[in-house]
Amino acid sequence: MSTGGSEQLPDRAAFRPRASEETAIILSNDLVNREYRHMVTACSAIASTAKPGQFFQLLCPSLPGEAPFLRRPMSLYGADPARGHVEFLYKVTGAGTRGLASLAARDEIEILGPLGRGFTLDRSWRNVVAVGRGAGLATLGPLAQAAQAAGIGVTAVLSARRPDLVVSDALFRSRGASVLTVTDQEGTSGPAHVERLLRGLIAEDRCDAFFTCGSARLLRVQQRLAREFGLPGQVAMEQQMACGLGMCFCCVRDFNVDGEIVHKRVCWDGPVFDLAEALP
Amino acid sequence: MTDLSVTIGGLTLRNPVMPASGTFAEGLAEAVDLNCLGALVTKTITRELRAGNPLPRVAEVAGGILNAIGIPSKGVPHFLEHTLPLYRTWAPPVVVSISAPTAEGFAQLAAEVSVPGVGAIEANISCPNIEEDGKAFAMRPISTEAVVRQLRAATSLPLWVKLTPNTGEIAEVARAAEAAGADALVVANTILAMSIDLQTLQPRLGNVMGGLSGPAVKPIVLRQVYQCARAVRTPIIGCGGIATTADAAEYMLAGAAAVQVGTATFVRPGAMVEIIAGLDRFCDARGFATVAELTGALRREEADEDDLAWVAPTS
Repeated sequence: MSTGGSEQLPDRAAFRPRASEETAIILSNDLVNREYRHMVTACSAIASTAKPGQFFQLLCPSLPGEAPFLRRPMSLYGADPARGHVEFLYKVTGAGTRGLASLAARDEIEILGPLGRGFTLDRSWRNVVAVGRGAGLATLGPLAQAAQAAGIGVTAVLSARRPDLVVSDALFRSRGASVLTVTDQEGTSGPAHVERLLRGLIAEDRCDAFFTCGSARLLRVQQRLAREFGLPGQVAMEQQMACGLGMCFCCVRDFNVDGEIVHKRVCWDGPVFDLAEALP
Repeated sequence: MTDLSVTIGGLTLRNPVMPASGTFAEGLAEAVDLNCLGALVTKTITRELRAGNPLPRVAEVAGGILNAIGIPSKGVPHFLEHTLPLYRTWAPPVVVSISAPTAEGFAQLAAEVSVPGVGAIEANISCPNIEEDGKAFAMRPISTEAVVRQLRAATSLPLWVKLTPNTGEIAEVARAAEAAGADALVVANTILAMSIDLQTLQPRLGNVMGGLSGPAVKPIVLRQVYQCARAVRTPIIGCGGIATTADAAEYMLAGAAAVQVGTATFVRPGAMVEIIAGLDRFCDARGFATVAELTGALRREEADEDDLAWVAPTS
């Protein structure tokens, strides 16, 4: 929060929402593999300005016998302001996502967003590395387009249990990124192997910054390398949320800020944080 | 157009709808024009710095949520230097929610936040009283009277006292708060509750127990508003599971002069704005020229045939 007695305080006369609470229309909601679905929705201009790393709060429909009370946070997978679309890529894991999976084209969904602080790209970077696993692959996905637009090269290291469960690889490739896939099944996803890959990228001058989401083990590897080589980085963190607007303080996590452990709200201060401050 | 303004213990609000303490912060302005609201009620502040409870802090249950956030607080200087100037950039009066472990601590804190720009103080006396073995002040009339008397002496601002629903004698507690000088009563807070995860066999809250809020509590707290309204002349602000215009109208009919909306905002950030517009329509449809006329307009006599043509609020 950047407010204080001596700072310029905002004028509230004209209200301009930065997040929209609205009914979006499902355009498609298809399985992309055995676990993940890709949902495309038609939404308002405000919603479609969402940036990589930001998220939405979705009011998920309830299936019989289930009643998810709160909204579910869902990171952005894609946004197209020209067409008024936002996209999500999700794995069915609980009552909320089971409800989402039941939606078909032309159904409605209540969305709230964009929310939170997303990734930032420094135009002085030439190449960055995105390292993700599980649901984190979806969160990193929209970086591909943003980096391409900024003229920054991307190497994506995508980790999953099995090769057929890797997602976002096609998205990264379509935006000119190099993709390295590591999986448990092939024995390539362990932190030691990923560290070797990352050291190789650093040696080839292909890593001006790390972007990561979805794995505490891989976060630790990148934090170590970032310290060793003096590289910046950003991590998108997950946490159970209620309001999504920084009001309830349900989603706090510990962060190490200059040696002091502080609580930050994932929904409001993040979900994207400085790699060095994150505590896995 | 209904006159939506209400006067609560000397403080005039443009409408009777405001956030419940703990469920509101400036983040709501991302989606909602805060200038539409009746008042801005801060999260509870304490003199001591508090980190809050262990996670998980929220659990979903049927018809609501349990929370045990633990009142994280950055203390009084942070409130005076950051929160208050920020909240003052919006038009509605700022109501400061405060809490302390002793009556003397409450009084000291009330004095410290009695500064220009604060519209009213809401004393959250549902918190544990360390001088009474951890029992909340608002559990009993005698401890309520003691803490409110000290608060009253410490501030000349309008003093709202937030009661707990976890007492068996809420009308007596309301009378004690009134006798000690409260300008308004907020009825009520969350209901002490718990939930267990059958997968892990662990409590679903890091703090084990927490407060139930949401639609599940509405009939209980509505009854308590009714009981308090019959017991005191002090204005009552209803707070418990309000999510729709119909809920707000019920609370006002039961005796509330204003309402607070909390958990509903987590699900629908625009809930308060919808309720404000809905109360306007409801009063229009039912022939109330002012929203204040709703307060206590509950009918208990037999209605005439015509009156049975019930017009439900439209949202």
